[in-house]
Amino acid sequence: MAEVMVDARNVRKTYGSNEVLRGVSLTVERGEVLCIIGPSGSGKSTFLRCLNHLESINGGRIYVNGELMGYRQSGNVLHEMKPKDIARQRQAIGMVFQKFNLFPHMTALQNVIEAPIGVAGINSAEAKELGTKLLDQVGLGDKGDHYPSQLSGGQQQRVAIARALAMKPKLMLFDEPTSALDPELVGDVLDVMKGLAKAGMTMIVVTHEMGFAREVADKVVFIDKGQIVEMGTPKQVLDKPQEARTKAFLNKVL
Amino acid sequence: MAAPESNVDDVVAVPLRHPWRWISGGIATALLLSFIWAVYSAESIQHEIVTKFLFDHRILEGMLVTLWVTVVCMTFGVILATILAIMKLSVNPLLRWLATGFIEFFRGTPLLLQIVFWGYLGIIFPEIFLGIPFTDIVFFRDQTSDVIPAIVAGIIALSLNEAAYSAEIVRAGILSVDSGQVEAAKSLGMSSGYTMRKIVLPQAMRVIIPPIGNEFIGMLKNTSLLQVIAVAELYTRASTISSANLAQIELLVVSGFWYLVMTTVLGFPQRALERRYGRGFAVVGGRAAPRAFKVGRR
Ligand SMILES: Nc1ncnc2c1ncn2[C@@H]1O[C@H](COP(=O)(O)OP(=O)(O)OP(=O)(O)O)[C@@H](O)[C@H]1O
Ligand SMILES: [Mg+2]
Repeated sequence: MAEVMVDARNVRKTYGSNEVLRGVSLTVERGEVLCIIGPSGSGKSTFLRCLNHLESINGGRIYVNGELMGYRQSGNVLHEMKPKDIARQRQAIGMVFQKFNLFPHMTALQNVIEAPIGVAGINSAEAKELGTKLLDQVGLGDKGDHYPSQLSGGQQQRVAIARALAMKPKLMLFDEPTSALDPELVGDVLDVMKGLAKAGMTMIVVTHEMGFAREVADKVVFIDKGQIVEMGTPKQVLDKPQEARTKAFLNKVL
Repeated sequence: MAAPESNVDDVVAVPLRHPWRWISGGIATALLLSFIWAVYSAESIQHEIVTKFLFDHRILEGMLVTLWVTVVCMTFGVILATILAIMKLSVNPLLRWLATGFIEFFRGTPLLLQIVFWGYLGIIFPEIFLGIPFTDIVFFRDQTSDVIPAIVAGIIALSLNEAAYSAEIVRAGILSVDSGQVEAAKSLGMSSGYTMRKIVLPQAMRVIIPPIGNEFIGMLKNTSLLQVIAVAELYTRASTISSANLAQIELLVVSGFWYLVMTTVLGFPQRALERRYGRGFAVVGGRAAPRAFKVGRR
């Protein structure tokens, strides 16, 4: 039996009276790539942010790699974890943002090795070796001493991917990683992501790149208004959608 | 239909001339020179006295006190300001209140009053003791005036006041950092303290340093208020001398001259710091313009 990496059960999230996630349940197995699609405001980003506990949830459970995220359960009671323990859980989950969020006061290499040195505690020689290797892997081996402001959007996003990988995560979350990029830069970033998928990384990708979803995803979910409307293989969801809402959405984006 | 080939390297760009900059600069210089001349030629100012006291050891010692008191107060002030700013941004309402109360209190009362208050602390509370209240257990007991001499009172007063003003500067700096930075740091497993030290504050510095430079200059001048509690800084030394020899104006010129020198010199480290924390933020330390765009004058 395949190992379950992410197990989200009936996840609920509200902001005030706004119910953003209304019972989302899904599982992702180790090595699988899951693509999430859906209209703007449907809760895709919120769901990703709940997975690494950047947002706390109002109901349900999230297990990553067998661990309950953000809480400790004793009997029937959930106790919120200490910030230190939440931080430790997050180390196993890499995240890549739409706006890159690189640290602008650090060079590309410093961006990559800051957390391995300061959080994981490896020594700086080792970290530099790791950082250089990761920058090579994303095709930026020669850009280590560039500041983010000296890199193109596509290069910045690839540095951000290397930065997330530097903590040796078991799961990678991508929140529309290419939607802030000029069209001709999208390909380089998608290629890096394809490479990761091929190497067996477990990935959850919120994206509007249907071509990528079709080629790389094992599973596609369509979310609307905080609920999963349809889930299945890319062929099932993208080519033969069953639900009217899925069809309407796909008609708009394709 | 070949357009005439022109070699880009041969084009010489003439920068826009700015005659009004020169004219307004000229007027300002003329006004300044005439003022200096007026002071210089005033009969009531005896130049020998000015030159005699300019390098008097008491004046130079006073200047030293002014300098180190300024540095110490700014250091304490900015550290406390950072703590206050973080408190004010905290989710804990009690911490927010405390910080707000502190800031309002010290900004809302005159600095001179605060200095006199700390100076008179020995009269209000003649004894200081450290012990457990309502019991006889006392670890430490002494005369307040022994524990808090005038200079310590002055440093406390200036530091606390500075903290109240700089807290808002530091807070504005922290708020200027994009929230995505904190999210990225958290997602890498960084603790909130580590995120503040390594990610947020270094970026906030860019916004914080210019106004803190102003505060530094303000502090340097405000130390002269310590004259009221007889701290032997530059202005106190100058006025002590002038009350003996009655050359008030001359000694004002002497101390004014040194204040001007010190505030001018302080500008250099500020610019160095601005460059240091501007790294990575375009323009500053940027590379030279592309070759093909040589700019020249004819
Ligand atoms: N911090 C917040 N406070 C209040 N409401 C929020 C917050 N973050 C998101 N929301 C709301 O939650 C809903 C879902 O937002 P979310 O960002 O998850 O959508 P999304 O599916 O990622 O959309 P997009 O495709 O535009 O990125 C929106 O209605 C949004 O207004
Ligand atoms: Mg989103």
